Amino acid sequence: MTSSLLQSLEVTAPKLEYSLLAPLIIVLTGACIGVLLEAFVPRHRRRDVQTIIAGLSMLAALLSVAFTWAKGTRQVAALGSVVIDGPTLAAWSGLLVFGGMALVLFAERRVGAGQSSFTPMAAAMPGTPLERRASLARTEHTEIYPLLLLAVFGMMLFAGSGDLLTMFVALEIFSLPLYLLSGLARRRRLLSQEAALKYFLLGALSSALFLYGAALLYGYSGSFYFSDIDKAISVGQQSTGMLVAGLGLVTIGLLFKIGAVPFHSWTPDVYTGAPTPVTGFMAVCTKLAAVVALLRVLYAGLGALRWDWQPLIAVIAVLTMLVGAIVAISQSDIKRMLAYSSIAHAGFLLTAVAGASTSGNGLGAAQVGSTGAILFYMAAYGFANIGAFGLVMLVRTAGGEATTLSSWRGLGRKHPLFAATMTLFLLSFAGIPLTGGFVGKLLVFGAAWRGGYAWLVAVAVLASIIAAFFYLRLVVLMYFHEADDEEVVVARPGIQTILVLALAAVATLVLGLYSGPFVKVLTEASGFLR
Amino acid sequence: MSFPLLTVLAAVPLIGGLALIWVRGATGRLVGIGVSLLTLVLGLVAFFSSSSLSEDVTWIGSIGAHYALGLDGMGKAMVLLTVVLVPAVLLAEWHVGEEPGARWGTSAFFGLALVLESFALLVFMATDVLLFYLVFEATLIPMYFLIGGWGGPRRAQAAVKFLIYSLAGGLVMLFGVIGVGVQTAQAGAPSFLISDVAALHLSSTTGRWLFVAFFIAFAVKAPMVPVHTWLPDTAEQATPGSSTLLVGILDKIGTFGMIRLCLGMFPEPSKWATPVILILALVSIFWGALMAIGSRNLMRLISYTSVSHFGFMVLGIFALTTQSLSGSIFYMLNHGFSTAALFLAVGYLVKRRGSADIGAFGGVEKVAPVGAGLFLVAGLSTLALPGMSSFISEFMVMAGTWQRHPWLAAISTLGTVLAALYVLLAYQRTMTGPATEVVQTHFTGRDVTGRERLVMVPLIALLLVFGFYPKPMLQVVEHTAKTTMATVGMTDPAPAAVQGGK
Repeated sequence: MTSSLLQSLEVTAPKLEYSLLAPLIIVLTGACIGVLLEAFVPRHRRRDVQTIIAGLSMLAALLSVAFTWAKGTRQVAALGSVVIDGPTLAAWSGLLVFGGMALVLFAERRVGAGQSSFTPMAAAMPGTPLERRASLARTEHTEIYPLLLLAVFGMMLFAGSGDLLTMFVALEIFSLPLYLLSGLARRRRLLSQEAALKYFLLGALSSALFLYGAALLYGYSGSFYFSDIDKAISVGQQSTGMLVAGLGLVTIGLLFKIGAVPFHSWTPDVYTGAPTPVTGFMAVCTKLAAVVALLRVLYAGLGALRWDWQPLIAVIAVLTMLVGAIVAISQSDIKRMLAYSSIAHAGFLLTAVAGASTSGNGLGAAQVGSTGAILFYMAAYGFANIGAFGLVMLVRTAGGEATTLSSWRGLGRKHPLFAATMTLFLLSFAGIPLTGGFVGKLLVFGAAWRGGYAWLVAVAVLASIIAAFFYLRLVVLMYFHEADDEEVVVARPGIQTILVLALAAVATLVLGLYSGPFVKVLTEASGFLR
Repeated sequence: MSFPLLTVLAAVPLIGGLALIWVRGATGRLVGIGVSLLTLVLGLVAFFSSSSLSEDVTWIGSIGAHYALGLDGMGKAMVLLTVVLVPAVLLAEWHVGEEPGARWGTSAFFGLALVLESFALLVFMATDVLLFYLVFEATLIPMYFLIGGWGGPRRAQAAVKFLIYSLAGGLVMLFGVIGVGVQTAQAGAPSFLISDVAALHLSSTTGRWLFVAFFIAFAVKAPMVPVHTWLPDTAEQATPGSSTLLVGILDKIGTFGMIRLCLGMFPEPSKWATPVILILALVSIFWGALMAIGSRNLMRLISYTSVSHFGFMVLGIFALTTQSLSGSIFYMLNHGFSTAALFLAVGYLVKRRGSADIGAFGGVEKVAPVGAGLFLVAGLSTLALPGMSSFISEFMVMAGTWQRHPWLAAISTLGTVLAALYVLLAYQRTMTGPATEVVQTHFTGRDVTGRERLVMVPLIALLLVFGFYPKPMLQVVEHTAKTTMATVGMTDPAPAAVQGGK
């Protein structure tokens, strides 16, 4: 009696694969150290210390990812909660690279004459003396750097999670910092706070849906693990009602984060309200993490239900592409325009998701399938997007960033290099050859077609034509219109930001011209481990 | 590995064009013309080279994309056209940056023209569908800035209209390009090489969809009625040099692509679509000619004549006889030279008068005989006067079409009558008669200069040489016509006399 009691009390410590999980651990540790440092480091040195800690932890994590990738280890870690496979490693690299680039934009102060894009005191009511005093005293919220690290950690876990519960926890881990960060804009604070609240409420709703869906899937299969769910479906002894409902709810939760229509309504407001560096970070990293998670759920967990979700995703893809592209035409604010553009891009990504051309569905070994195509697309889109938002930060009047489209008139004449770089990013968005965006589109649409969705490709091409129109309109504004507002200047950023923008531009070109090796690597990394 | 002549041929103008970002002013001009002449030499070497030139490097292995170049008879003709026209245009636009309203300097124009030349050469040499598409779209960027940077007051809108039409056409083609990649991948080995695609056995539904996607893009480019409206608007606003590059070189990509890609990759669908395309070609011939007769603006007039000429080319291509195909390819070359001559000659006159309205001229030949004479010679070439090379090609197209579709050929001859009308009417209205007072003030003592005459010499010389001695050139293009006929699986109809047994 006592022995069995003792036995049941005895807890064996879980065996963790520390070397494989090192990237996660490093980033989380960096975030925790950052939070602690807030209490000890004197105010005027915090920013430097925090940026260094954040930068170093992301760099170390990136090296660790590269090490695992090079070693070729692909296995399930942390008792099945984290899956270290090709897509995970690719997503982690992407998140860390883009997170690092966003970090530099977070820390940029030179364009604002010594002030960052974030509010000096979030607790002060907008327009009060308290806020003005904080602004004069040049205080800063250096908590944004640990928050960024936490968000990156959550996204990494999200993309690599092996079960629904870990995925849900990760979803919350990266969402909460983002809600906070969105509300911290220096200018137009009420708008920013409204955006944060909106994002929080809708995000909470989508989390709830996701959780409910996870519970239903658990009810059907008796497990949270994707591999077990997959097995349970192939055995298929239960009625499918609960399964399909769970599939729907989980997918909605994920589509919300991707920003697909009809779950996109938060995107324009949040993108406009949030500080521009945060917008750039969200637009790229959230989408990357969420799309990899979506692929994992649909391909690794619910692959056997392909015939059920493929038409659904295809319809959502059509809506997303068309709504994003058409509504973007009528926007007069560049951040809002880029928000709708990101919705359209989510639609382009979803075409490949719907196509589901994977090795399980008759794809040759070395051929590019949906996952490889989407990873490449996200890389090309990520560099161009971070670059574009970085450039948006530079266009200013005395009152801060000038984001109305009319203030971009004639910038090509006064600032040729600036305009040329922005044109490059816009061409990449539009999918014009010689840029990464073109190769990405080619791969993604090809994957959709391979999966039997030729009609979806036709719609996608149509949407691309519409989208090209509003990207080119901005090019026309910059080159062929005269500036009517002399106050608008393009501020010169700090050297780090210049380097980040240069990296984004070079990467956009390299991915367009010399894509072979990257496509190959990502194709090899496109198999999900079950 | 042997000397990559084709790559070097395309790289020289590209590097030269980019170098003009830094080299500006008078030096930039000299560098620009020097680079274009060097390209001319390289182009001639490639043209006369008897060995088969081809290059093939894997570009994106996983999807079977190659950097593959090759040069057949048609490619040679187009390369010749490109390398001759670009230096001529540069020389003609020697002072483009100093004109009122120019957005950038002359060296920027030269740089963009050279970059455009590089992309256009790659289009004519590409033997990989994806590479073709890539450079096909890339040509739009320098062309867009060439139209938007120099010329009339409403050029920004014209540039946008040009770009939207071309991009829309291009993205429709992207659908076809993706489809080609998917079809080869499904057959086992992903590849974009034209030869690999041609070897596929496509189901007729798929093949037809893909054919239509490619054809729409080329019809916009060529341009054919009803997707031609961008051309007159663009030519009206752009400088004569830009219009020459656009109509002389870029629009040829349309007809070139129809032969190289549509006929070369989709033989069965090409035959299936022939009836509709032939009708469209006839409509283009007549619509272009009638609109040209009704034009009040010289630049619009010339662009409508081109619409009519492209109708002839397309007619010859889809009549599918060796003679009509050779005629069409030869037509592409001749039309390039004669339209260039016409655009540039009219450009000289328009620059002096300050307006392109036909009503603004009158009696120019009294005060500026050389300029008027150049206009007349170029115009006669456009209306296919015997002795000019354009006569031979137009005759071949009609004679070749006659073999298969006598009625269509008969109707198309009316197009040549209309051609005589629009050229001679325009000449009569603008050049003959008493010189009006305005014309006298604008033209007296300001006849075409030595530099401007120099530009016209090679163009008119080539038109005459090919007109009197077309045989060598025809041999070059006939080879392509024959291989294309073999790919499509068509044989020339037997002569009627044998057919009837009489």
